[in-house]
Amino acid sequence: MSDAVAAVELDGITKRFPGVVANDAVKLRVMPGEVHAVIGENGAGKSTLMKILYGMQRPDEGTIRVGGKEVHFRSPKDAIAAGIGMVHQHFMLADNLTVLENVVLGSEPTKGIVIDVAKAEGRIKELSGTYGLPLDPDRLVEDLAVGERQRVEIIKVLFRGARILILDEPTAVLVPHEVDDLFNHLRALKEEGVTILFISHKLEEVLALADTITVMRGGRTVATVKPEGVTRGQLAELMVGSELPRPETRESTVTKDVILSVEDVTVKSFDGRVLVEGVTFSVHRGEVVGIAGVQGNGQGELIEAIMGLLPLDRGRVRLGEQEISAWGTRERREAGIGYVPEDRTEQGLLLPSPVWENVMLGHQTSRPFSHGPWVDAAGARQRAEEVVKEFGVRTPGVDVAVYALSGGNQQKLIVGREMIAGPKVLIAAQPTRGIDVGAQAAVWDQIRRARIEGLGVVLISADLEELIGLSDSLWVIFRGRLVAKLDPQTVTPEELGVYMTGAKQEAAAG
Amino acid sequence: MRLRRIFIALLAPVSALVLAVAISSVAVLLIHRSPFFAFKTMAQFGIRTDSLIFTVNEAIPLFISGLAVAIGFKMNLFNIGVEGQYTLAALVAAYVGAVTPVPGPVRIALILIVAMLIGAGWSGAAAVLKVTRGVHEVISTIMLNFIAFGISAYLLRVYLKQPNLPGDFVVKTKLIPQSGQIPSLNPLLRGLGIHPPPGSQLYGFLPLALVIGILYYLLVNRTRFGYDLRATGVNPGAASASGVDAKAMIIKTMLISGAIAGLVGMPDLFGLYHRYTIDFVSGLGFSGIAVALVGRNNPFGIAFAALLFGFLDRSAQILDLYNIPKEITIIMRGVIILSVVIAYELVRRFVQAQEVRAAAERTAKLAEEAALEPA
Repeated sequence: MSDAVAAVELDGITKRFPGVVANDAVKLRVMPGEVHAVIGENGAGKSTLMKILYGMQRPDEGTIRVGGKEVHFRSPKDAIAAGIGMVHQHFMLADNLTVLENVVLGSEPTKGIVIDVAKAEGRIKELSGTYGLPLDPDRLVEDLAVGERQRVEIIKVLFRGARILILDEPTAVLVPHEVDDLFNHLRALKEEGVTILFISHKLEEVLALADTITVMRGGRTVATVKPEGVTRGQLAELMVGSELPRPETRESTVTKDVILSVEDVTVKSFDGRVLVEGVTFSVHRGEVVGIAGVQGNGQGELIEAIMGLLPLDRGRVRLGEQEISAWGTRERREAGIGYVPEDRTEQGLLLPSPVWENVMLGHQTSRPFSHGPWVDAAGARQRAEEVVKEFGVRTPGVDVAVYALSGGNQQKLIVGREMIAGPKVLIAAQPTRGIDVGAQAAVWDQIRRARIEGLGVVLISADLEELIGLSDSLWVIFRGRLVAKLDPQTVTPEELGVYMTGAKQEAAAG
Repeated sequence: MRLRRIFIALLAPVSALVLAVAISSVAVLLIHRSPFFAFKTMAQFGIRTDSLIFTVNEAIPLFISGLAVAIGFKMNLFNIGVEGQYTLAALVAAYVGAVTPVPGPVRIALILIVAMLIGAGWSGAAAVLKVTRGVHEVISTIMLNFIAFGISAYLLRVYLKQPNLPGDFVVKTKLIPQSGQIPSLNPLLRGLGIHPPPGSQLYGFLPLALVIGILYYLLVNRTRFGYDLRATGVNPGAASASGVDAKAMIIKTMLISGAIAGLVGMPDLFGLYHRYTIDFVSGLGFSGIAVALVGRNNPFGIAFAALLFGFLDRSAQILDLYNIPKEITIIMRGVIILSVVIAYELVRRFVQAQEVRAAAERTAKLAEEAALEPA
């Protein structure tokens, strides 16, 4: 096998970014017609490697060979010409166009100056037939489910003649049964001779699908193995270099006192669509209430309504005995509701501002950050030093602009500033998104510790294991409604996934 | 480190100025004149005592106008209506100040307060439109300018003008009594050994303008309100999530901007006109936008830009004598504005990349040290 010509061969690829070596002499050999998985933690260098292979970034050192020939890609166009296509984690589709229009966009077959629709439709039908990817070319993309959109992306890449397919974390946005569909499609593609390179950090999936697995850690390729020869545990150890931490909470600290109650909350969009409908739940002191849902099912709007960022169309929110439905966000924060927003760059940080100004964000009306109408810069700096120290934020100092910190450190800064204020309730959306395993464990620890002291937490996460592991009660939200209450002690991620797609509902919910 | 910081701070404005001189030189060359001669004459004329006094006098209202615009810019709120706000404010304040029977200092205070109230009222209209109806402030403030011009012309002609003497056709309000005027700073200059030529008077409004500048600095950089303002400008989403009420911020900032705008006409009112007339100084509001842009919303930068613009205006007067069109300085102004914007963006990217690299290196070093330490 070693003398066969590899479909793709990367040798000695090195890519440096300011202060980081993202790829360090990486070797990767992908044989034609195989499914090759590249696994590793966030920040291991997988995405950078794929961007290099797809021509989005140029390596500082090293060679790329496609089908035995050395290539130098200057842009994705060159990669496409060499038969390499990429399906991004975040889909790049125009919602208001049809499937057909999206597929041909940028490489339209033309008849004179008009698009040859018949020809395009023919090609798409042919592709979807050959590769077993069912798609209706005339439907609008906005009407498609996530799994179907992904199929559009795949067809789009095949339409451009790709024989080597890169999929960046293709399952991150899918629920379990869609994952099964995807895997069937990928197997069919493989039967037709397409080479598939897929990036993941989910071990079960990799073991189920891949023919060969390459593990990356800290910018290097540490091993290439066959799935038959390894166990899940061994792979995990290769990935992190040590045992994986688990998010399990030990004994229950749930008390009888309700600290936050959400009653019959309905939220509508400005154009009248119902985003959250009749949601009722309560959080006790010392309790973590998890809310599971596929992104876009109203969980984001629900927490924004709890924070006072979106108006309630109906219903009430209470903090302890006090009704706070009419309060502004500032009053709610002053009353002791901490907030870790879903998107740290959109809602969590002032990127060009120094660390200390970011630590005071959300707490600027209270000591030690201000004194009457005046900002207390000395007090704020000191508090920022504490957050940096206690929460292990890696920064050269508190006067450094936050954009200079890595994503994980930014996230630790946000969690730290909320926790150090000693909130009564913490509304946390994706609190460990994009941070490394060590930092993730630290955040879980912080939440657990605060929970023992009586903190009530509303937790939203895309990481089902985190949800199951941390929550004392677990709700499922689907199309804006709470459709099930599950026991985190007994539920599995697969079962949870079934509820999240709305395939199963529980009468007892609500 | 400190030297480097000063170097970086000066890099953008200096390179912008150099570029501006270069491009205007090309313009002078195109009309077959010597750019060297033109700039030399301008410089010689510009540093005469009377020219410098003129420059400062012109810079004072530009500075105030720049501050009015800048406070809005800080939160990405564009008050393009300073022009209308100060026109209306100057008219009403001049009239009220002239006809209200109060003692001197009270009269000055009254004029200033009325000017601020009118300015704030006029900008407040744009704020209310934005908050309640979603009308973009650029549109509403521009349109309110024209309404302000129309209303002030009407008010002046119909209600507020002084009956004209025979042969006098200038429409104007009544003269503000001597006691309600702010004396010039010429005695102070003479005390410093500078002797202004006759007819050259340094505006007495200068100290007040400095006070406004200091208040602006304190408000933006030292108060909670200033923090909320800057946070909203940097990231409105994060500001709301932190508890900043976006609508209240728009109203407050627009009112403050308008109140400062109301004062834009005051240096000339107190120092030169002593009344509102149909030919009262105009264009200060629009120039203020350029001044704020070149000064990067920083009070020191705004002061620098205001002085620069004043100097260009004054020193260009001499060019006519030598048959060089003085419009050359208008080209310079335009080039300065454009090149400042570009130069700052380039310098910002450069500094940001440096900072990211430095932080990454120092963090890596910290991590190494931590790893070396025995647990």
